[in-house]
Amino acid sequence: MKKTSNRQTWYYAAVIVISYAVVTILLKGNLLNRQYTSLLVPIAVNIMLAVSLNLVTGFLGELTLGHAGFMSIGAYTGALISLNLGKTEVLPAPAAFALALLCGGLMAALFGFLIGVPVLRLRGDYLAIVTLAFGEIIKSVINSMEITNGARGLSKIPLYSNYTNYTVVFIIMVLTVLAITNLMNSRDGRAIMSIRDNDIAAESIGIKISHFKVKAFVFSAFFAGVAGVLYAHNVGLLKPGTFDYNKSIEILVIVVLGGMGSIRGSVIAAVILTVLPELLRGTDNLRMLLYAIVLIAMMIFNNSKIKEGLMMNRTFRKLGKKEA
Amino acid sequence: MALLEVKNLGISFGGLKAVDGFNITIEEGQLYGLIGPNGAGKTTVFNLLTGVYRPTLGTITLDGKNLVGKGPAEICKSGVGRTFQNIRLFGKMTVLDNVKTALHNRVGYSELSCFLHGPVYRKKEQEMTDQAMDILKVFDLDRDADTLASNLPYGRQRKLEIARALATNPRLLLLDEPAAGMNPNETAELMDTIRLIREKYHITILLIEHDMKLVAGICEYLTVLNFGTELASGTPAEVLNDPKVITAYLGE
Repeated sequence: MKKTSNRQTWYYAAVIVISYAVVTILLKGNLLNRQYTSLLVPIAVNIMLAVSLNLVTGFLGELTLGHAGFMSIGAYTGALISLNLGKTEVLPAPAAFALALLCGGLMAALFGFLIGVPVLRLRGDYLAIVTLAFGEIIKSVINSMEITNGARGLSKIPLYSNYTNYTVVFIIMVLTVLAITNLMNSRDGRAIMSIRDNDIAAESIGIKISHFKVKAFVFSAFFAGVAGVLYAHNVGLLKPGTFDYNKSIEILVIVVLGGMGSIRGSVIAAVILTVLPELLRGTDNLRMLLYAIVLIAMMIFNNSKIKEGLMMNRTFRKLGKKEA
Repeated sequence: MALLEVKNLGISFGGLKAVDGFNITIEEGQLYGLIGPNGAGKTTVFNLLTGVYRPTLGTITLDGKNLVGKGPAEICKSGVGRTFQNIRLFGKMTVLDNVKTALHNRVGYSELSCFLHGPVYRKKEQEMTDQAMDILKVFDLDRDADTLASNLPYGRQRKLEIARALATNPRLLLLDEPAAGMNPNETAELMDTIRLIREKYHITILLIEHDMKLVAGICEYLTVLNFGTELASGTPAEVLNDPKVITAYLGE
């Protein structure tokens, strides 16, 4: 037992170091053109969004369609903080950005709590519809508020997290993935998964269902909020329209394709599905068609004998024991 | 004083009185059987005792403390564990994790440790794993610790459910048809296991069963339920020879 968990730690460390090294080499060696360097931060953001949505959809087993709502709350909160503090030089830039990240996450978590408590009694399709509505309400509210500058959106947000600061983004992304991986391998994680597998049995062994449902919602919203802050400080301008239900669906597609309840799957799917539209740009008219074909191919692969065969392979099995 | 005292328990679903005027007194350490024809309300009694349903009438006390109005999670913490007639395991989790989940309220650590996996986490997780493995060993499930619960054969799933209920450290264990779907060999093995855990963990057991051989073999006291009301109570020999009981099961 102990040996497996040790090996797993090394495996994670190796993956982190190697992926960081690859990104560094690609950037420093000028191996990427502008089109691809601008994808680095969106990849990290999508990984964070997918992994945090997986917490609710994959591990708690509740379908939600309002993840972009939490992301937008984080994005706007963070952007407003750095616009008001960073520029007037009340705080040095790193401190302003740290504060923006924290407040963005916390504000999203607060909304996660507010939406989590009343919708606890709902499940399945009903919960999906309510969260969909929540996302749209957030969008409309942001659209009509003075402080968020309405439909014109916020612009000239300092670019604290664009690709030149990829180290910061990388660290935050890794911390998010690790935090959620760790959570799922702890007593709270087991409680959350037990609710997914059988809520009546979970209650019968003393798990407070509502408590853990809200908890999962809040944690998920927090990390989505942080991802939103990174997003805002990468593109430099925010428009309410960006965070519509299409964005929520996009994240959900990543989670479903990566495999419900598989963090590793979410990460891989997030990378592929962020890069894919850019790779297909050359094909012009066929782009969306090819995109759909790739989605179907990934889905088939997910349930195929090939993947099963890979999983049965000695080395792969050892590496992925906990997650598969 | 009796461990479990139920007086005049009743619940109605709409106009139907599923359980009516049910009484039961179980002494500490007893192995008690609850039997009755299909639809008699046995599982409903279990659901009332564990807080899944709220009784419309009557009182339930465990060791002098009231259980009526408490939720299932709270009742579990007060010391009542249960299994289900239709197996309810955490299918996508491993056998070991199923039992570790049940240790949730017995071995704890902070939220921060959940995220950081520091020394406290490692120590407490090890403690949980050790405790869980001990329980699994009793049921001979330790060799399957890393198997997904849904991949276990049926008989072993039943055992895992009992193991999981035991992990919550109950004083009273409710078993809902533990031998359902088992062959005679498995049933015999199960009887031994039930006797063993009763001695090893010093717990009181209330079980629902249709298998008369099992009931007569291990229960010290029986209550027969029919149409939601108590038909007869007593030792297995008395009850199973009671003409009223024979009529209820076989007809006139």
